[in-house]
Amino acid sequence: MRITVTVDGTKYTDEVEPRTLLVHHLREKLGKVGTVVGCDTSNCGACTVHLDGHSVKSCSVLAVQADGCEVTTIEGLARDGQLHPVQKAFNDNHALQCGFCTPGMIMQSIDLLADNPDPDEQAVREGLEGNLCRCTGYQNIVRAVRDAAQHMSPGAGPEAERITETKHVGVGGD
Amino acid sequence: MTATIEPEVGKARRRKEDERLITGRTRWTDNITLPGMLHMAVLRSPFAHAKIVSIDTSAAKSASGVVAVYTGKDLDPDGAIGMPCAWPITPDMKAPRRPVLASDTVNFAGEGVAVVVARTSAEAHDALEEIDVEYDELPVILDMEAAIADGASLVHEDLGTNTSAVWKFDSGEAGTGGNVEDAISSSEVVLKRRFRQQRLVPAFMEPRACVVDPTGTQITMWAATQVPHILRVMSALTLGIPEHKLRVIAPDVGGGFGGKIGVLPEEMMSLLVAQKLGKPVKWNESRSETMLAAHHGRDQIQDITISATRDGQVTGLKVELLANLGAYNGLVGPGVPILGAFMFNAIYKIPAYHFACTNVYTTTTLTDAYRGAGRPEATFAIERIMDELAVELGMDPLELREKNWIKHEEFPFTTVCGLTYDSGNYEAATEKAKQLFDYDGLRAEQEKRRASKDKVQLGIGISTFTEMCGLAPSRVLGSLDYGAGGWEYASIRMLPTGKVEVTTGASAHGQGHETAWSQIVADQLGVAFEDVEILHGDTQSSHKGMDTYGSRSLVVGGIAVIKAAEKVVAKAKPIAAHLLECAEDDLEFAGGKFTVKGTDTSTTLADVALAVFAAHNLPDGVEPSLDSDATFDPENFSFPHGTHLCAAEVDTETGRVKLRSYVCVDDVGVAVNPLIVEGQVHGGLAQGIAQALFEGTEHDESGTLTTGTFADYLLPSAADLPSFTTDRTETPATSNPLGAKGVGEAGTIASTPAVVNAVVDAVRQFGVNDIEMPLTPMRVWHAIQHGTTDAGGPGRGEAGGGLGSIDATGGAQ
Repeated sequence: MRITVTVDGTKYTDEVEPRTLLVHHLREKLGKVGTVVGCDTSNCGACTVHLDGHSVKSCSVLAVQADGCEVTTIEGLARDGQLHPVQKAFNDNHALQCGFCTPGMIMQSIDLLADNPDPDEQAVREGLEGNLCRCTGYQNIVRAVRDAAQHMSPGAGPEAERITETKHVGVGGD
Repeated sequence: MTATIEPEVGKARRRKEDERLITGRTRWTDNITLPGMLHMAVLRSPFAHAKIVSIDTSAAKSASGVVAVYTGKDLDPDGAIGMPCAWPITPDMKAPRRPVLASDTVNFAGEGVAVVVARTSAEAHDALEEIDVEYDELPVILDMEAAIADGASLVHEDLGTNTSAVWKFDSGEAGTGGNVEDAISSSEVVLKRRFRQQRLVPAFMEPRACVVDPTGTQITMWAATQVPHILRVMSALTLGIPEHKLRVIAPDVGGGFGGKIGVLPEEMMSLLVAQKLGKPVKWNESRSETMLAAHHGRDQIQDITISATRDGQVTGLKVELLANLGAYNGLVGPGVPILGAFMFNAIYKIPAYHFACTNVYTTTTLTDAYRGAGRPEATFAIERIMDELAVELGMDPLELREKNWIKHEEFPFTTVCGLTYDSGNYEAATEKAKQLFDYDGLRAEQEKRRASKDKVQLGIGISTFTEMCGLAPSRVLGSLDYGAGGWEYASIRMLPTGKVEVTTGASAHGQGHETAWSQIVADQLGVAFEDVEILHGDTQSSHKGMDTYGSRSLVVGGIAVIKAAEKVVAKAKPIAAHLLECAEDDLEFAGGKFTVKGTDTSTTLADVALAVFAAHNLPDGVEPSLDSDATFDPENFSFPHGTHLCAAEVDTETGRVKLRSYVCVDDVGVAVNPLIVEGQVHGGLAQGIAQALFEGTEHDESGTLTTGTFADYLLPSAADLPSFTTDRTETPATSNPLGAKGVGEAGTIASTPAVVNAVVDAVRQFGVNDIEMPLTPMRVWHAIQHGTTDAGGPGRGEAGGGLGSIDATGGAQ
């Protein structure tokens, strides 16, 4: 089947098999290997991307379902060499070790913050329940997400702008 | 004058590694695509034990996109290839050959029987279904005790037994302590317990993978491995590939925890297949395959006897283990319980000790190293039985520990196992932990809840621990029949611009070597943190090494870096003296500068590097090089320690456990990067707590793994864990010049018994003195309902036994 998907701002039109999962389309056809596969049961969340602005596990979406949609991956977050506030917060708070779960964790965190711009610890923990990490014990991830919430500013990526609209906040950060 | 420069070591530096990891510009093995690359998929046995009658690959061979299909007989017609085991623990260890692909029998569910190589991964997996294998089922052997009973069915008929080896240590015989039987028979209190270490899955997030490219002048293999150097030499030895014709690269590796320490049949298959086809081949496993076929950890039955005086002085410890190896020996699998042998005595002065371990074959996935390897198992047993002993003696469990531990002023201290602990301060760590935890306050609350028969009861769990880190001293490893040394290698290349390239043999998989090593080198050479590049995980650039496991990277590999840096400075000094026209003895080196003592005259290391590059004006006989390399092989292990305290709330109506607070104070010696140390402790705690509460593999009676996906095997999420309070004391190691002790395993080792002790403490008033791990709500509820369970409970097929699970309370009783 022929599908057109806009990924990280670039439009791609490709032939895909009906069974192809979005994550495999991204990785194998489009070379977007920043999004990774950690399990085959949709439990780990490592493959989380944004589909039309909302987080999805890209292993549970068929590529054909993304036809005509906009996909943002971890590779499309930084803009003009500036990290997205959530990316920066992960670095600032040592929220990753091996880093394999990190793209999915970051994408999920951004969506979480879109829903709840200032979550408490429990809300972050529950919001990240579908993303598994084996290295960090989550504590620094939780810290990073709460830290990022205080630092959202426009211009760091499309999702940050969306969050800012929700929050009606001009410029964040310190 | 020496410049005052803030030292890098000790700074909570943000990690260099993160930039690529948070932007998705990472090089995982599965990201590697090469021109003409083919994909390999493995057909795995659905049976735990069966004879292979026939394999028909004809349909698969003609399937779409399929380039080749191979069975074991195709890849290894003479049956000459055996997967390596580097730790034959006894001279008479029974070791079956582990083939690359099973040809005659399959010995665990998940063992490979054939491979398909195809244009795409999807086509390769499709074609697996076209392979027709006829099996003749054989008896399944899952239970260790049944496996070693008379008349048991055998995993490997040709071995004539399911016992691989029996390894013993006896302090009376070794002359390091007394006779344990005498101690037990003459002591006032004797307590005997059986603990189980359930089987766990290391569950690194990146599944295993490798890519083999045979098209160059040498074969290049990328692998998701912890041990690229060991993988290269073992591949050479196993397959006869000339070592210099093989380059192994561990690119970014998504976690290991010991689970990527193996030399894999799939890696050997990929090498064989790629060479046969003359094309690059990629193998990438699914999570279900990882669960089934990557090695598991733990899986021991521990029979522990401890003896003591009525006033709480421990007099003897006897440990009898059954260790489940699975169907074959992993690379270091047989040695895992042996590492534990030296840690059952923990931080205590135990005068008599006996250890015996029987390694057993069963028709299950093999076991091998998993975070802590042997030491968490040992710490669990001693810390559980110390709590039970405290109850038996009517003592506070902390008081019992204090009474028996090695006092700060007694270090260095040689234990009953013959190890010399170089330094430690158990008092300081415990005192700090107690204060952070509010030990007395929580004990008071516990009493109140007990008295009021609150439906939510509170338990307090204690775990003090030490471990042997820095798996290194080659002579010691040799005495334990380990097949390699434990040294580590580093090199430093001073570049003409004053920047520094450092190679380390310690290959990282998430630990932050690039950051920590940069901090060390910045201090040693007086260069900027940013001016140091750390190269690792490639046998071509960092051409020697023993890789990363057992918390050895920093305390062995980091010291090799220091040694190499010292050589660079020593090489630079005569050149600097020549440039400054002074005597070498007049120079001092600090902050990256050689300064003539008592003057402002100086030259920098960068100036020397440039002078070396130009080589126009060097002293006679000095070669134009500031490169250096070094190996470090310490005389002793290092011994981090700590005190962990856990408060658990148990809902007595549902059995649900909630961790109310978790406090740990670890002493890892000098912390090069406190941020990394804290992160490692957090991750370790999560894994240890997960063993206590959530994780455990289960097989059905046919040997099928029923916890074969992340949907069935409960890896904790953020919502399942609390926030931890972590702190440190710092008692420098004396066994290395950095004073570091290692941290990777600490959290895992200490947390499991802390949590179980807390839960048992919460429900002890119901007659409970043990609950088998993982402490699921069902098991905890069951324990409360039935008064006690020291084995069994739902999930083990039968209800736990009745009262009286203190098997022996001897002596004065």
